[in-house]
Amino acid sequence: MSDTLLEIRDLKKHFPVMKGIIFQKPIGLVKAVDGVSYSIGAGETVGLVGESGCGKTTTMKMILMLEKPTAGSILFRGEDVQNLVGKDFRAYRKGVQAVFQDPYSSLNPRMRVGDIIAEPLVVNEALPKAKVRERVHELLNLVGLRPASIDLFPHEFSGGQRQRIAIARALSLNPSLIILDEPVSALDVSIRAQIMNLLQDLQEQFGVSYLLIAHDLAAILHLSSTVAVMYLGKIVELATSEQLRVEPLHPYSKGLFSAALPTHPDESREEMILTGEIPSPLNPPSGCHFHPRCPFAKPVCSEVEPMLQEVAPGHQVACHLYTAVA
Amino acid sequence: MAQPVLEVKQLQTYFFSAQGTRVVKAVDGVSFTLNAGETLGVVGESGSGKTVTSMSLLRLLPPAARIVGGEIWFQGENLLTKSEREMRELRGSQLTMILQDPMMALNPLFTIGAQIAEPLRIHRRMRGARLVERIKELLRGVRIPSPEVRIREYPHQMSGGMRQRIVGAIGISCEPQLLIADEPTTSLDVTIQAQYLNLLKDIQQRSRLAMIFITHNIGIVAKMCDNVGVMYAGKLVERGPVRTIFNQPAHPYTEALLQAVPKLTDRSKRLWSIEGQPPDLANPPTGCPFHPRCPHAEDRCRREVPPEFQVGENHSTRCWLWEGR
Amino acid sequence: MDSSHALTTTETFANQTVELSWWRRKATKILNGPIVSLGILAALLFVAVFADFLAPYPYNGTSRYTPEVGELRNKYLPPMWQARGKPQFILGTDQQGRDILSRLIYGSRISVKVAVAAVLVSGIIGTALGILSGYIGGWVDQVIMRITDAWLALPALTFAILLAAVVKPSEWNIVVILGIVYWTRYARVIRGEVLSLKERDYVRLAVVAGCSRLRIMWTHILPNVANSAVVIATLQLGVVVIAEATLSFLGVGVPSPQPAWGVMLNDGRAGLMTGSWWLSVFPGLCIVFVVLAASSLGDWFRVWSDPQLRQL
Repeated sequence: MSDTLLEIRDLKKHFPVMKGIIFQKPIGLVKAVDGVSYSIGAGETVGLVGESGCGKTTTMKMILMLEKPTAGSILFRGEDVQNLVGKDFRAYRKGVQAVFQDPYSSLNPRMRVGDIIAEPLVVNEALPKAKVRERVHELLNLVGLRPASIDLFPHEFSGGQRQRIAIARALSLNPSLIILDEPVSALDVSIRAQIMNLLQDLQEQFGVSYLLIAHDLAAILHLSSTVAVMYLGKIVELATSEQLRVEPLHPYSKGLFSAALPTHPDESREEMILTGEIPSPLNPPSGCHFHPRCPFAKPVCSEVEPMLQEVAPGHQVACHLYTAVA
Repeated sequence: MAQPVLEVKQLQTYFFSAQGTRVVKAVDGVSFTLNAGETLGVVGESGSGKTVTSMSLLRLLPPAARIVGGEIWFQGENLLTKSEREMRELRGSQLTMILQDPMMALNPLFTIGAQIAEPLRIHRRMRGARLVERIKELLRGVRIPSPEVRIREYPHQMSGGMRQRIVGAIGISCEPQLLIADEPTTSLDVTIQAQYLNLLKDIQQRSRLAMIFITHNIGIVAKMCDNVGVMYAGKLVERGPVRTIFNQPAHPYTEALLQAVPKLTDRSKRLWSIEGQPPDLANPPTGCPFHPRCPHAEDRCRREVPPEFQVGENHSTRCWLWEGR
Repeated sequence: MDSSHALTTTETFANQTVELSWWRRKATKILNGPIVSLGILAALLFVAVFADFLAPYPYNGTSRYTPEVGELRNKYLPPMWQARGKPQFILGTDQQGRDILSRLIYGSRISVKVAVAAVLVSGIIGTALGILSGYIGGWVDQVIMRITDAWLALPALTFAILLAAVVKPSEWNIVVILGIVYWTRYARVIRGEVLSLKERDYVRLAVVAGCSRLRIMWTHILPNVANSAVVIATLQLGVVVIAEATLSFLGVGVPSPQPAWGVMLNDGRAGLMTGSWWLSVFPGLCIVFVVLAASSLGDWFRVWSDPQLRQL
């Protein structure tokens, strides 16, 4: 078992909903993330998959310290990130970088590509200009862009190329973990494969870990070693991608597989089309949040919330079908 | 043999800018046929010309674009010779479209009922109780619960999936012959998308509606379509029945597209990827537009634009590799 | 939308692109731009810079080589194309016998200096406050916005007049006064833009990379609001010219004998009653042209810099 790079324990983020114009008082709580735990090892890729409202983006923001968690801890190499200050906090920033979804808003349109890639270096290390330039050339090479790109502006590049620039920037400080939020969903299909292959190559070369967030099940299964399926702020299933592929246990995971588009007109799949809408996080259903849409719901499902428990080595599910009620 | 609902012949739509000095050949010689009850999938990436094709069919192009050639035969009439007034009568009643973003398609200031009523009022002159009944019937048809309540609600009170279903209801309200769906599920969640696609399939089977699905996602094509047209750089590089295209793709681009998508059952380590970028339509490559990225490109491909060659029954492609086979 | 037949002349377009020469393309681009406004403003700048060479006479009276100027026997001479006009005073003379044309030319200097400087001062103050307010948020935002509200509640021009009447009259005092009266529009607009820029991915990524707030405001926010600031500045140019002319007209602006156009307007009031129209009309026309040019340049720039408004 590789040593754990990042561990999140019981992470929660609750947004109070305010009412009133002058004197605001909270009338409700949006539990965007409600007790999420998993860990990422060195050189590993963990995938978070789920639909809107599941909390995957909020989880990512908390790990990146763009949002303050309401509860829970984020342990980076054993140290709780929320307690770090000064130099130690900067070390965390250097260790964890990110690539976001939209290649058109990830790059400052008024900055040259060379400056964009060099920014993390310039801000965190005091390197002479020549060294910085050298490093930028190196990075451009790694992601497959021409060295002349250094002086160009983002608008001169296509979507796929921009994502490469974003990846080069994320790599500039040699981070141990890169968080990728839907890195290819805004790109053309023929370009997606290029970028996914690039990410795999970089991981092999540098041993960097990835936290991959996406809604495309096939892409997640392809790139990740461990997958967490999220629904309405909670993890409903946590398994290796192989285990999930062979036998998804949670009814929601089964629903996701069913709903995934076929890759051939004759491809048949266990038809389990989920009915109903994704509930609002402001007013989640009682007990198991999934029970209104679950074809296998039992009476206990609407009363007691199932806990995430291990049912096979490395395979955890939060579902009364598999776990005994405590 | 019944007359096809839609027959497009060598459609050409170009964009003109900078006082006519820059011409972008967004759609360059596209032809296809569609019969009642059939679904055609038009697959392509950004810049392939698929959306401009659909806009050309409805003749809803921006001022910079003009249809410069070809014919569009809808139920035996050439749409390109019709006046704007005649087109207005067709749009929304015989020939409808649903778009990608339901938030943009629905007016936030009007109730759902008012928006569904609009085409019925204009094209079918329905009023009063009959109109309300029809609206409720349509809402039930797209599986929206409690239609009496929904009629009075506003778009922001509904989820994305429901809004898209309402957009669908507006689309089929006047029982059109042809429905064009331009990326209708791109903004929906996966499980909602599955519900929605099943709904569209249902509707089509009930009413013998001809549909055109414009998408970049071959999964949708695999699930929903009978025939496929693959577009690249404004040209239709391959067309044929869906199983044929998936089993025996003729054009290298189609082949590459099918292999580049990660499959749920795939355990391979690396994905097949296509080198290069989609071309800049203002400066397209000479000859076949795919040649810079094609693993089988020959000298001829660089010089001459390939015409359409028959590959099998109803299956044709624009590729020099298929000449004379 | 299409006219009744969709097909247009196909042959020309279907097979070839129209290739225009480089010259013709450049010329088309230039002719479509705001040449009249730019021309007027360029002329203004030229006149202001080279006033010493262009003006036939100095602006205030006696000089050692043209003793005619400024002598009271030359007062109220009409422009040279009218009866009684003299060819050496093209646009006539004022109540002290000074040449109107020369005074107009020297007056342009004041308008240019004051307008540009005031716009710069108000622009810098307003943009800085807008960025701080929008990015830092919290109580800083509240304080700045309340100050902006208070400032906007004051009638700008009246406030400027009050301030100008209270301080010692000088060119730079006027610049500062106009600068501190007119910054509010920048602050409001820029703050709005910053609020949405803050949510952009590249700003978030800059935070993730460890950038300080100051660096983010300077490197990421400022260059991306510069466009809006310049648009506002060009629109404000006209406003400031009028404000300065008003102050001068009321006698609290640039001190005499400096020939600000507003001062000339004031001087001309007495003349209007006696039929000496040229004392007021020419400076008035100058103000009108400059303000019109500045406003239309601002409008053009606003449309040009916003890709959405630029319909092909």
